[in-house]
Amino acid sequence: MKKFLVMLLVLSLVMTAFVGCAKKEEPAPVEEPAKTEEPAKTEEPAPAEPVVETPDFTVGLVTDVGGIDDKSFNQGTWEGIVKFAEEEGIETKYLQSASDADYIPNLSTFSDEELDIIIAPGFLFADAMFEVAGNFPEQKYLIIDMVVGDRANVANAVFAEHEGSFLTGVAAALKADEAGKDTVGFIGGMDFDLIQKFEAGFEAGVAAVNPDMTVLVEYAGSFSDTQIGQTLAAKMYDQGAYIIYHAAGGTGNGLIKEAKDRRTNGEDVWAIGVDKDQYADGIYDGDNSAVLTSMMKRVDVAAYDVASKTLAGEFPGGEVLVYSLANDGVGIPAENPNLSDEIVNTVNEYKEKVVSGEIEVPVLPNRLK
Amino acid sequence: MRKIYNYILDEKNHHFIIPAISIILGFLVGSIIMIFSGLNPLDMFSSIIRGVLGINLSKIGTGKAIFNARYLGEYFVFAMPIILTGLSVAFAFRTGLFNIGAEGQMIVGSFASVAVAILVPLPTVLLLPLVILAGALAGAIWGFVPGILKAKYNVHEVVVTIMMNYIALFMTNYYLKKLPGSTNSKTVAIVKGATLKSDFLSDITNHSRLNWGFILVIIAVFSFWYIIEKTTFGYELKAVGYNPDAAKYAGIKVNSRAALSMVIAGAYAGLGGTVLAIGTFGYGRVLPHAEGYGFTGIAVALVGGNTALGSLLGGLLFGSLNAAQPIMQSSGIPKDIAVIISSMIILFIAMQNGIKMLLKRLKGGK
Repeated sequence: MKKFLVMLLVLSLVMTAFVGCAKKEEPAPVEEPAKTEEPAKTEEPAPAEPVVETPDFTVGLVTDVGGIDDKSFNQGTWEGIVKFAEEEGIETKYLQSASDADYIPNLSTFSDEELDIIIAPGFLFADAMFEVAGNFPEQKYLIIDMVVGDRANVANAVFAEHEGSFLTGVAAALKADEAGKDTVGFIGGMDFDLIQKFEAGFEAGVAAVNPDMTVLVEYAGSFSDTQIGQTLAAKMYDQGAYIIYHAAGGTGNGLIKEAKDRRTNGEDVWAIGVDKDQYADGIYDGDNSAVLTSMMKRVDVAAYDVASKTLAGEFPGGEVLVYSLANDGVGIPAENPNLSDEIVNTVNEYKEKVVSGEIEVPVLPNRLK
Repeated sequence: MRKIYNYILDEKNHHFIIPAISIILGFLVGSIIMIFSGLNPLDMFSSIIRGVLGINLSKIGTGKAIFNARYLGEYFVFAMPIILTGLSVAFAFRTGLFNIGAEGQMIVGSFASVAVAILVPLPTVLLLPLVILAGALAGAIWGFVPGILKAKYNVHEVVVTIMMNYIALFMTNYYLKKLPGSTNSKTVAIVKGATLKSDFLSDITNHSRLNWGFILVIIAVFSFWYIIEKTTFGYELKAVGYNPDAAKYAGIKVNSRAALSMVIAGAYAGLGGTVLAIGTFGYGRVLPHAEGYGFTGIAVALVGGNTALGSLLGGLLFGSLNAAQPIMQSSGIPKDIAVIISSMIILFIAMQNGIKMLLKRLKGGK
């Protein structure tokens, strides 16, 4: 009996191998519509069903180590791509990177497949993008949040993060004033110029409303360590921070978790999300959310914008596109259930002042001046 | 058929047959999971073929280029570090020591190479050997600590090596940032002459990151084989591994052998770090967390039966899963399938006594 089982096993293996060979003769169904490669992730809208008249256009996204469902940067970019795909009936693909050693192979794989535009979100891609774009001069690339110099086939999208962070700082200070608190906090992913812009804007926004308010600052040293995020958040809340703003990607999910836990236990603390509207991530107890508001870096706007320009044949290669408050590339969400209308109105007044140039938001935090 | 059947059942071949069966079973289970998830396992196999050999089966008959050498090059780039960590784990295991610290030894190796390359002002001809040596030496020192603690005070090497991994990670992160010109995520690029990068290798493989590291890997594999199989020292190490008490009775200095074994194991892992740092990247990286090369090394050593050739093959196997990931994803297969398959392979290897018994029974029943 056992002998039979083993023979069966061997047989099935041989069969697999054989079928494998036979199948390989015909073009394998490798490049199917995007529908198949959408794993059953919860809230992501699925790309459109194959439309009859599909333009022959494919947008590819290579994620960094955070993954496609990081509830932040990669996911935001992906949503912009998906929105574009739904409207235009084009195809989408994505590759997730397991480590930074994967960036070059992943970008190269998409380049080999000659996708129409290849998008990489995040400064982590800078070197890889520079190298791959040099190897494939015919391919079109978009790097979000970073400027890759000297490559005519790369479009660079950057954001005026300090402007958006300024608004969250204003909102945080107003909310804290309302509650009679005098401390807010900021958690950064890694301490370098890009993340410092968030810190500087937030700080300036808080100071614009209440110069006496304390802003605690911590850096996690990681964009993907939820545990560290939660530990730092707990520490800052214990130090009296009423509201904490994060610019730390996946690490910030730890902050939101801590805020949720504390609010569930009746403590009055808030978190401010980053990159996309993180309201839904902060939901506890039915439909309350611990996320006060979010600094939306509209990576989706950037991805959508550049993809549609490329489809129209106007790929902005070599250009640096700035997405700021003026063109709604950054800002707080349209809906802010946790902010009173009064606060939202004041925030919008500040927004106008920034757009008109009346207020100039600094890009360097005070501690570095 | 009968001949193959007998070959499989022959106990002499088990050291080779059992990993083979485990690998096949691992892929089988992975394929079954894929079928249940509505995916086509054939896509996975064609992805692996494309990731490893660079042959794109789906392009056959389309008139486009079928072969792309870059994939071949990248495949070796993925396989090289884990072959070295595999050798590290395997070497220690031959002396009966379980080296969980290949990860940390690799990290310090990579740091030492980068630090020497950036800090030491030497012409590149002299610098490169020094950079390589620094990596191996740093790994060796990192292996020496658990080795000496084991030898002198009988502290369990598993505990020490695990903790040393964390020390390595956070300490090197701290010092990497202190190197001149470092940002918070990486160091400056190392001068090309002091790296293993090669325009020639890159060009013949269509701009892959293939580098001279493979020569180090070959030397490492050969030295492993030579030490273990051809020297008295290697014989002593094996004797300690089989039975420390008997070895001691035979006059072998068990403690010093254990410490030395960890030193050599550490050197292999350190060399892995060197290959990664100055071969694949060409700059030092501040790591938010361990990258798992050391842990993959454990799997590589297991599959390879703790031999030199076995670790080489094991590294090539796990490297293939890694190299195929972008293509698998692009064909709609989640990258997690590759993780499932490698885990299943390890699981089956761990159950090798069961497989052995099964094979024995088959033989007996014949």
